[in-house]
Amino acid sequence: MTTPRFETVAVGDDLPPLTLPPVNRTMLALFGGASGDHNPIHIDIDFARKSGMPDVFAHGMLGMAWVGRLVTSWAPQAQLRRFDARFQGITHVGNAIRCTGRVVEKLERDGERCVRVELRSTNQFGQTKIAGEALVALP
Amino acid sequence: MIDRKWIGHELPAAVLPIERTRLQFFAKAIGETDPVYVDRAAAQAAGYPDLPAPPTFLFAAELDAGVTDKLLDDLGIPLANLLHGEQSFVYHCPVCVGDTVTVRSKITDIYDKKNGALEFVVKTSRVTNQDDVLVAELSTTIVYRH
Repeated sequence: MTTPRFETVAVGDDLPPLTLPPVNRTMLALFGGASGDHNPIHIDIDFARKSGMPDVFAHGMLGMAWVGRLVTSWAPQAQLRRFDARFQGITHVGNAIRCTGRVVEKLERDGERCVRVELRSTNQFGQTKIAGEALVALP
Repeated sequence: MIDRKWIGHELPAAVLPIERTRLQFFAKAIGETDPVYVDRAAAQAAGYPDLPAPPTFLFAAELDAGVTDKLLDDLGIPLANLLHGEQSFVYHCPVCVGDTVTVRSKITDIYDKKNGALEFVVKTSRVTNQDDVLVAELSTTIVYRH
């Protein structure tokens, strides 16, 4: 990975997008175990239906982890200063998520040169699932 | 309605040792294939003492420790009605395999929208490592759909 440099990054630059395979039940089971989130609504269709949902659905934090991958594949994690997500819609089984990011500001924060990156994840229908932001220090 | 008396409530500390196999499992679960997150030599070549915990991993501490379940129980929020509204992380220094982190959280706000149809609980957390260094701060907004 070539670390982006503050001098050469421009407002409006897009991060290389990250495209995920469609959400399936195996992903949700693995994430439940690995993340420590054992809420049955994500892994047990009987529980989900009793809760009034048509099916199990993805953990919000799985979606945020994918957006995190977008950021850390662009700049090393050690340079990540802040990472925010607003969960805007339920990610359903079968949703194919695409994560995108765009540099929206260059600034100095606590004596470091940083960029603010606007982040988004959307499904194959263009519906936003996560809107977020990262602050990344750049050399 | 969630009793507003919980604003200011401090949750029990959650201690999470950062273990290599757990991070490798987490990487698999999120489809992370960057060797920095699965291979110790690659992590060391990138300047980390061992595998770094990915940006969102620290959220696991209070889940593992049962602190999240107890909080939902105390507040009377059934799992079936729970949604995650917002999440933020501020990072002060990397957390890697071999570290042990302690998460200490406090309920900082409870409010409602849509005439009480949705209630929001804001929890803020400080994460320190075994040397008592502040490594991260988290803010979580959970949503109770009535």
